Amino acid sequence: MLSQWIHDPITLAAVQALIAGGVALVMMAIAAWYGIHLEREIIIALARGLVQVVAVGAVLLIIFDGPTTVGFLILAGMMLLAAKTAEKRAGNLPHAFRVAFWGILIGAGSVIILMTLVGVIDTKLTALIPIGSMIVANSMNAVSLALDRFEGEIQAHVGHIETALALGAEPKVAVRPYTQAAIKASLIPRIDSLRSLGIVWIPGVMTGMLLGGSQPVEAAFYQFVIMAMILTISGLASLVSTLLMAGQIFTPADQLAFGKPS
Amino acid sequence: MNADASPPKIRTEHLTRQVGENVIVDRIDLVVWPGEVMMIVGPSGSGKSSLLRLINRLDEPTAGTVYLDEQDYRTIPPLELRRRVGMMMQTAYLFPGTVAENVRFGPRQRGIELSDETIERLLARVGLAGFARRQVDRLSGGEAQRVALARVLANEPEVLLLDEPTSALDQDAKEAVEALLQEVIREERLTCIWVTHDLAQAVRMGDRVGLMESGKLIRLGTPEEVLHA
Repeated sequence: MLSQWIHDPITLAAVQALIAGGVALVMMAIAAWYGIHLEREIIIALARGLVQVVAVGAVLLIIFDGPTTVGFLILAGMMLLAAKTAEKRAGNLPHAFRVAFWGILIGAGSVIILMTLVGVIDTKLTALIPIGSMIVANSMNAVSLALDRFEGEIQAHVGHIETALALGAEPKVAVRPYTQAAIKASLIPRIDSLRSLGIVWIPGVMTGMLLGGSQPVEAAFYQFVIMAMILTISGLASLVSTLLMAGQIFTPADQLAFGKPS
Repeated sequence: MNADASPPKIRTEHLTRQVGENVIVDRIDLVVWPGEVMMIVGPSGSGKSSLLRLINRLDEPTAGTVYLDEQDYRTIPPLELRRRVGMMMQTAYLFPGTVAENVRFGPRQRGIELSDETIERLLARVGLAGFARRQVDRLSGGEAQRVALARVLANEPEVLLLDEPTSALDQDAKEAVEALLQEVIREERLTCIWVTHDLAQAVRMGDRVGLMESGKLIRLGTPEEVLHA
């Protein structure tokens, strides 16, 4: 309907973005009326999200035909920022940035390289960066979920972990139930998404391809590939980060160094 | 207790733990002879439990050390040390699953799989014959502590550290577990360091009693000596 009055596509998109943001502000006002005060967080998140995504769009416009190396460098930068974000979810866990970065690098990096080599991801920057960033973001979410859960599990089970140590268990054995719980917690949303794919929702990539005029079956296969990749990277990223973190919370003398009252 | 001139089973030397400015355990020198029951008493926050945690090396001393059979425990691999120096805590902290799985836990860490007969014998030892297949979430507090004891005994420890093992139990269970511990310690000839806030229990159970205050061992002697000092 707006397109009848606004003919410039960028102006049209900007107006649509403002309307979407305005609707979110209405939701925020309803939440505030109900006593849930997230005004500051929501306004900052909306502003940051808009500025960041438009900035990426502008960068893509500039480097549209650049070499693949530039794309990998940009993705590496995104991984660093993703690790910084995941670090905040890790509470007081030690060396969380380093651990999150390795989880994201191994989880997202290996899948991006593999999928680029087999041609699932095009090496053109216009494909590599958006799909790569989606993979990085999903690995970041998986790492955040895993570390958040891991921290909670450790703090809730200090007595059990120390009892296992006192019975002569190695640290990795003493925390195994909690590393397993953390990895499982990070995978369940991905498994549920995959299970409900096509029935409950049609995700963004397939929607985009359909809107772009692709064959529905082709779009469906491609969407499945993306979802399977997301499941893989979530598992890899949370596994690597949780196991690395499990090694960080013990001293060389196999003492639990985290979660205990000092 | 040291009449036959055997070396101390446990000896702490200036054992200290300091966290920030807070000295939790302050230069403790303690000798525990083979087969002796050493009771450690003191008010809440006096450092009793922290002392036990240092002896089991669950925490690291910031100064001083512990000798097990006159060997500096920093030269013993921590997992081996903890097998030899068993520890029972105030709460049983049983692992989810059956009683038998809990009893199997310690030996399994060294690649030893206990037979059903051994499990049954250990459970009978703590008064829980026939409990092997029971889920741990169906146990009472007293039963849970008995399983915790059987789990420690399965490791065949030389020293038993007891951190207020009866303080979370009701009176009946407390008396029963106390009697059981006394029997097991005597029969297995275990060297024992038992932390309690209950002076009467310390006098009842101990060969010697150490009194702690503000991280320091301020008195040490027979129950009568400490009681009447």
